[in-house]
Amino acid sequence: MTINLDLLIPEILVGSLAFIILGLDLFLKSKYKEYIAYIAATGLILVLIFSIIPIWNTKANIYGDILVLDGYAIFFKAFFLTFGAVLILSSKNYVGNNFSYIAEYYSIVIFTILAMMFMVSSAEILTAYISLELLSFSLYVLVAFNRFNNRANEASIKYILLGAFSSAILLYGVSQIYGHLGTTNLVQIQQALSMNSEMSLGLIIGFSMFIVGFLFKIGIVPFHMWVPDVYEGSATPVTAYLAVLVKVAIVALFIRVLVVGLMPIAQDWQLILIGFSIVTMVVGNVVALIQSNIKRLLAYSSIGHAGYILLGVAAIGTLDQKGLILVDFSRLIVNGIILHLVSYSLASIAIFLCIDIIFGNSEEEQIDSMKGLHDRSPLMSLLITASLISLGGLPIFAGFTSKFYLFNSIGTQISLWYVGIAIITSLISLYYYLYVIRKIYIDTNKDKTVINLPILTKGILVFLLFALIFIGIYPNILMEFIYHASESLL
Amino acid sequence: MDLIKENILILTILLPLIGASLIFITPGHLNNIIKYISLVVSFITFIIVILIFIFYDINSGGVQLLWNWNWLSLKGAWPLGSEGISLNLGVDGISVMMVLLTGTVMLTGVMASWNIQSRNKDFFVLYFLLLAGVFGVFISYDMFFFFFFYELSVMPMFLLIGYWGSSSDFRTFIRTKEYAAMKLTLFLVAGSVLIWVAIIAIFVQAGLGTFNLLEIQKVVDDKFPLFFQQVNFLMIIIGFGILAGMWPFHTWSPDGHVAAPTSVSMVHAGVLMKLGAFGIIRIGMALLPEGANSLMPLLMILGCVNVIYGAFSALGQTDLKYVVGYSSVSHMGYVLMGLASMEHLGLTGAVYQMFSHGIMTALFFLAVGAIYHSMHTRDILILKGIIKKMPYASIFFVFAGLTSLGLPGLSGFAAEILIFLGVFKSYGSLGVLFGSLAVAGAGITAIYILRLVSKVFFGRPDQNINNILDTTKFENMAGIILVVLILFGGLYPLPFIDMITSGVTPILNNILGAL
Repeated sequence: MTINLDLLIPEILVGSLAFIILGLDLFLKSKYKEYIAYIAATGLILVLIFSIIPIWNTKANIYGDILVLDGYAIFFKAFFLTFGAVLILSSKNYVGNNFSYIAEYYSIVIFTILAMMFMVSSAEILTAYISLELLSFSLYVLVAFNRFNNRANEASIKYILLGAFSSAILLYGVSQIYGHLGTTNLVQIQQALSMNSEMSLGLIIGFSMFIVGFLFKIGIVPFHMWVPDVYEGSATPVTAYLAVLVKVAIVALFIRVLVVGLMPIAQDWQLILIGFSIVTMVVGNVVALIQSNIKRLLAYSSIGHAGYILLGVAAIGTLDQKGLILVDFSRLIVNGIILHLVSYSLASIAIFLCIDIIFGNSEEEQIDSMKGLHDRSPLMSLLITASLISLGGLPIFAGFTSKFYLFNSIGTQISLWYVGIAIITSLISLYYYLYVIRKIYIDTNKDKTVINLPILTKGILVFLLFALIFIGIYPNILMEFIYHASESLL
Repeated sequence: MDLIKENILILTILLPLIGASLIFITPGHLNNIIKYISLVVSFITFIIVILIFIFYDINSGGVQLLWNWNWLSLKGAWPLGSEGISLNLGVDGISVMMVLLTGTVMLTGVMASWNIQSRNKDFFVLYFLLLAGVFGVFISYDMFFFFFFYELSVMPMFLLIGYWGSSSDFRTFIRTKEYAAMKLTLFLVAGSVLIWVAIIAIFVQAGLGTFNLLEIQKVVDDKFPLFFQQVNFLMIIIGFGILAGMWPFHTWSPDGHVAAPTSVSMVHAGVLMKLGAFGIIRIGMALLPEGANSLMPLLMILGCVNVIYGAFSALGQTDLKYVVGYSSVSHMGYVLMGLASMEHLGLTGAVYQMFSHGIMTALFFLAVGAIYHSMHTRDILILKGIIKKMPYASIFFVFAGLTSLGLPGLSGFAAEILIFLGVFKSYGSLGVLFGSLAVAGAGITAIYILRLVSKVFFGRPDQNINNILDTTKFENMAGIILVVLILFGGLYPLPFIDMITSGVTPILNNILGAL
C-alpha cells in the first residue's frame, strides 16, 4: 500500500483555500470583504493551473484503493474548479447585496467543490458516500443561507429531510452490498459479481436501494418532488449551484459506480433505468409547460435534462453476447453525456445569472414580469434567448451539438424508439422555452427602466455567450479533453 | 479566380453570416447604414450565386465544387470514424437551381424590407441567419450539417414572425402573429424530430461512422433492407413533407405566411418550403431508393390532395395573403406529385416548379406586402380597382397570378407541363387519373386568380382611396428582377432544364437500378 499524497495536492489546496477564506473574514475590514469573491475564484483557478494540469496524464490509485486518479476524475475536477470559479464570480453581486455572512458563503461553496472532487475520484462506495454527505451537508447550509426568507427556510427543511432520507436509502444499499459481497471496492464488486451468476435477494435489494438513492439525489421522477421546491426557495446563485455543479458531480459519480462496479449485472439495471429516464423526460417536460415561475420552470426543465442523461447512462450498459461491454460505443455515449453536461451547465449558469440580476431578492420570479426585457437589457435578453435555445437543442448553440451527439450515440446502442421519445420530449420543451423568449422579445412592458450591469457581470455574460456558440460550432477542442476522460474510464 | 472557385460554396454560407455579424456590431440607430450593409451583402451573395451557376459544368454532371472541412471525428467504433462529421459542401444540378433561387429571393427580400420601421438591426441579423441556414441545407452533403442548417433556418422564423409580423382579423376572431409564429416553429421542429430519428437510423444502419451522404450512398444496396427503407422513407416524407406544406400537415403554412412580414413571407414561401421537397430528394430518394419506390404512391395521393384542397381553400379566402398562402400549398402539391411520378420528366418538372414557384411566390408576397403597407387592409371584399393607385404592385400581382395559373410563356407553364407529362406517364391508368386531377387543379387556380384580378385590381375603385403611396423604388426593382426571371424561365427554360436534368438523372438511375 503506497501513500502517494502528492496526487492529493489539489484537494489539499482547495481545502486550505476554504479555511483561509474563513480565516480572512476575521481580519478583513468589512469594506474589503467584497473582494473575497475574487480571492476565492482566483484561488480555484490557480489550483486548476498549478496542481491539476501537472497531473493531467496520471493514472494511479491513492491510499491503497480508496481513491483513484484517472483521466475521468481529473477532467471532472477541472470542470468543477472552472465552473466553480465562474459561479462564484457570477454570484458576487447577489451575495454582496443580500447575505450578511459573505466569507462563510464562499468557504462553504469551496467545501462543496472539495466534496465533489473527492466524489469523482472515489474508488469505493463508502468513500463515495462520505463525500456525498460532505456535499449534502454543505448544501443544506447553502440552501438556508437566506435565513430571513421563509421560502428559503421551507426549501431547506424539505431538502434536509429528503436528503437525509435518500442518504439513508443509499447507505442501506451500501451495507447490504458489503454484507453480501464482503467488499466496498468497486473493482472487487465487479469481480465478485462476474464470478457468481446468481444474485441473492439481499443483494438485489442492496443494489436497488443503492441505485434509488442516486436517482433521489439526481432528481429522477418519481423521486423528484424536492427539486422544484428547493430550486424555487433557494437564493438564485444557490439554485444555479444545485442545478449545475451538484447535478454534474452526482451524475459523474453514478456513471463511475455503474461502469466500474455494476457492469456485470448491466442487463438487470439497463431496462429499469430506461424506464425511469422515459418517465423523467416526459414528466419533467410536460409539467414544465404549466409553470408560471421561471425558477420552477427551469427546475422541471433540468429534470427533463436529467432524463436525457439517464437514458445515456442506461445505454452504456449494453453488453454483447459474451457479457462484455462494447467499449467503443460506450465511450461514445460517455462522450455524449459529458458534452451534454457541459452545454447544459453553460446554458443554466447563464440563465440563472440573468434571473438573479432581473429579480434580485424579490419573492416572485414570474415569467410575466420578464415582459419586454429586450428594451431594458438587450445583452441579458440575448443571453437568456441563447441559453434557452441551447437547452431546447437548436443550432448554433452548444445544446444542438451536444444533444445530437448524445442521442446519436445512444441510438447506436439501444432501440431508436427510446431516442424518438427523447427527441419528442425535446420538442415539448421547445414550447415553453419559446414562450419565455416570446415574453422577452415580442411582448412589451410599461416599465422600460434600463438595467445597468456591472462590468464583471457583463464580462461573464459575454464569456458564456461566446462559450455557448464556440462549443456549438467547434467542439473539437473540448472533445479532446472529453476523449481523455472517457478513455480512462472504460 | 481559382481561389474563388475552390471556396465559392462556403462563401454562400459565410457571406450572410458576415453580414449578420457586421449588422450586429453596428449601432442600432444607424438605420440607413444597416440597410445598405444588407443590400451590399445580399448583392455580393447574388453575384456569387450566379458564379456558381456559371462554374457548374453541366456536361460532366455529378457533384461539383466540393469543399471539405473535417469537423469532428468519431473515434474508435467505425471503419470511417475518422471522417465522422465533416462540413462537406458540394452542388449538383438541383442544388444549383435552389441556390440560384435563394440568392434571388434574398436580394429581393432585402429590397422589400426597406420600410421596416422598428428594430431594423435585429431584423436583418435574424434574416441573414435564416438565409445562411437555407444556403447551408442546399449545399451540404453531410447529414449532420444538413440537419444543422435545417434547424438554423427554423429558429429565426419565430422571432421574425412574432415581432415584425401582423395579426389577421377574421371578423369573428383574430389570428395573432404570436400564435402563427409558435404554430409554425412547433410544426417545423416536429417535422425535424422525424428527420432526426431517420438520420440517426441511417447513420447507425450504415455502420460507417460517417454522416457523409456520398459515402453512405455507396453502401445503400448492401446495408439497407427493404423494411428499414420503407419505415425511414415514411418518416422522411412526413418530416420534410411538413415543411413542404404537405396535406394534412400544411396548416402552419398559410397562417405562418400571412403573419410574417413581407420579406420573410417571400423567403419562407419562396425558399423554405422548397427545403422540404429538396430534403425528400436529397435524403429520401438518394439514400432510400427501394423505400421511395414502394411509398411514392402515398406521396402521389397526398400531393394530389394538396393541389385540389389548396386550390379550393384559396377559392374560399377573403384575405389577399391567405389566397396566396393557400395557392402555395396547392403549388407545392404539384412539386410533390412530380417527385412521386418517379419519372424523368416529372422529376425535372418538380424541381423546375420549385424554382419557378419560389420566384413567383416571392413576387406575389412582394405585391401583397406593398398593397397592405399602403392600404392597411388585405380584405378582398374591401379592396377594389387598385391598379389605378398602385400600378406597379398590381402589375406584379397580376404577373405572378398568370404564372401561377400556368400561362404559356411564363416559367410556371414550363414547369407544370413537365409535371403533367410525368404524372400521366407514371402508374398506368392511375397516372391518368392523377394527371387529370392535377390539370383540374390548374383550372381552379385560374378561377381564384382571375376572380381576384378582375375585382381587386381592375374593378371600379371606391372614392375613398386617394393619397395612396405607391411602391418604393426598391420594391419596384425587386419586382422587376423577379418578373425578368419569370419571363426568361418561361421563354427560354433550356439552360435551367439542362441544369436540373444533370442533377435528376443520377438520382433516378439510382432508384431504377435498385429495382
